[in-house]
Amino acid sequence: MSFEIPEDCRFLESHEWARAENGTVRVGISDFAQDELGDIVFVELPGEGDAVARGEDFGVIESIKAVSDLYTPVSGTVAAANDDLVDAPELVNDDPYGDGWMIEVDPDDESELDDLLSPDEYEAQID
Amino acid sequence: MPQRETPLHDAHADSGASFTDFGGWDMPVEFDSIRTEHAAVRESAGKFDVSHMGEIAVSGPDAAALMQRLVTNDVERLDPGEALYAAIVDPKGIMLDDTIVYRPPEEGNHDWLFVPNAGHDGEMYDRWQSHRDEWGLDATVENVTESYGMIALQGPDSESLLAAETDADLAALGHNDHVFADVAGVESMVARGGYTGEDGFELLVPWDEAGTVWSALDCQPCGLGARDTLRLEMGFLLSGQEFDPESEPRTPYEAGIGWTVALDTPFVGRDALERVDAEGVAEELVGVEMIDRGIPRHGYDLRIPGGDDVGHLTSGTMSPTLGRGIGLGYVGVDHADPGTEVRVVVRGEPKKARITVPPFLDR
Repeated sequence: MSFEIPEDCRFLESHEWARAENGTVRVGISDFAQDELGDIVFVELPGEGDAVARGEDFGVIESIKAVSDLYTPVSGTVAAANDDLVDAPELVNDDPYGDGWMIEVDPDDESELDDLLSPDEYEAQID
Repeated sequence: MPQRETPLHDAHADSGASFTDFGGWDMPVEFDSIRTEHAAVRESAGKFDVSHMGEIAVSGPDAAALMQRLVTNDVERLDPGEALYAAIVDPKGIMLDDTIVYRPPEEGNHDWLFVPNAGHDGEMYDRWQSHRDEWGLDATVENVTESYGMIALQGPDSESLLAAETDADLAALGHNDHVFADVAGVESMVARGGYTGEDGFELLVPWDEAGTVWSALDCQPCGLGARDTLRLEMGFLLSGQEFDPESEPRTPYEAGIGWTVALDTPFVGRDALERVDAEGVAEELVGVEMIDRGIPRHGYDLRIPGGDDVGHLTSGTMSPTLGRGIGLGYVGVDHADPGTEVRVVVRGEPKKARITVPPFLDR
């Protein structure tokens, strides 16, 4: 089975992706992660203006079978959270890099992205 | 200890299933998605490999007496071809396991057959042997768990699907009734019943021929994930969660299966259970349905609004059929009335829920 790994994303070993977009960093979980979790039924996210710290958890995701923490790829302030996931958590299964995004972070230091796994490195990890 | 594998293990791996350890067995948890598998069973049909369930065979002149003295229900009222649900309890009345006891038709190899939960077969085999010896009964006890594969076919289309593969008179087979019949050319024991709340059958087949029967059943393969969501919607107990001699010691009365206790039979634990029946229980198993968003899970506390903890959950999930969180748990009897509002403590946050009487679905 092969999983989508977009070239414009960087990754945490814990399967979150981060993508720089016009000064903010959008965050979600990878195609591999949503497949491992299975049917996603609940996502708990921080509110706009909350501080998030790199490497610490920013939320919780639940599938039918499991509960997992979500980890922050870059430190900063939450600029937006994807409210669509409240009523439609399955968007994370359907479109993990698109409509299934989770938060946008106004980063303290965008160069932290360089410390994350490249698409090739992430592909090697999940292979 | 190496993990045990069912006769269908490699076939499941080839079909891309994901696996988990369950009771010492490496079992498929998901073939496609829990939602897809769950819906297939509620709407049409699905098949489960349940070969991890134990099978203990008991035969001989005193076999009926041995069975009667080690399970809570009255097995001597069974005619050949009938079965019943029972608990297995210790001298204090604490549940060690729950089981289906079959009295197979007379042409079978065994006088009695019972099905302990996954990983309990060794313990129950020892229990039956040691009590037989202690009581000086004339009976043989065999652990035949790895002689038989077991396949559950569940869902409203089960009868028509199975009818295409067997000459057995399925329409004449009532709940828990069973017959010997060929299924896809394989000599099988066909029992009506299951663990999903839907119509269905459990097929006991020779270990080496399980693959033939599995492939012949043309429907959605389902894993333990869907098995759990389906049984939870019906409020069926799961060994190790709703009862466990170590982590959740409960009598059948607390667990809501007092109807399996035949106090007029002479089983181990009877006197203790007679006292419980007379005195009543302090806590009982209830259903919990979420009002707030949130998913109840094993181990979460139950609290009265603004007040004290009054119990805890033993199982929980998002119900795929209802689209809301459901769970089972124990609460003090003062808080067990259906409709009582409680809080489920999810990661420190009290979330609104109400007490119900399972099943969560009408079936």
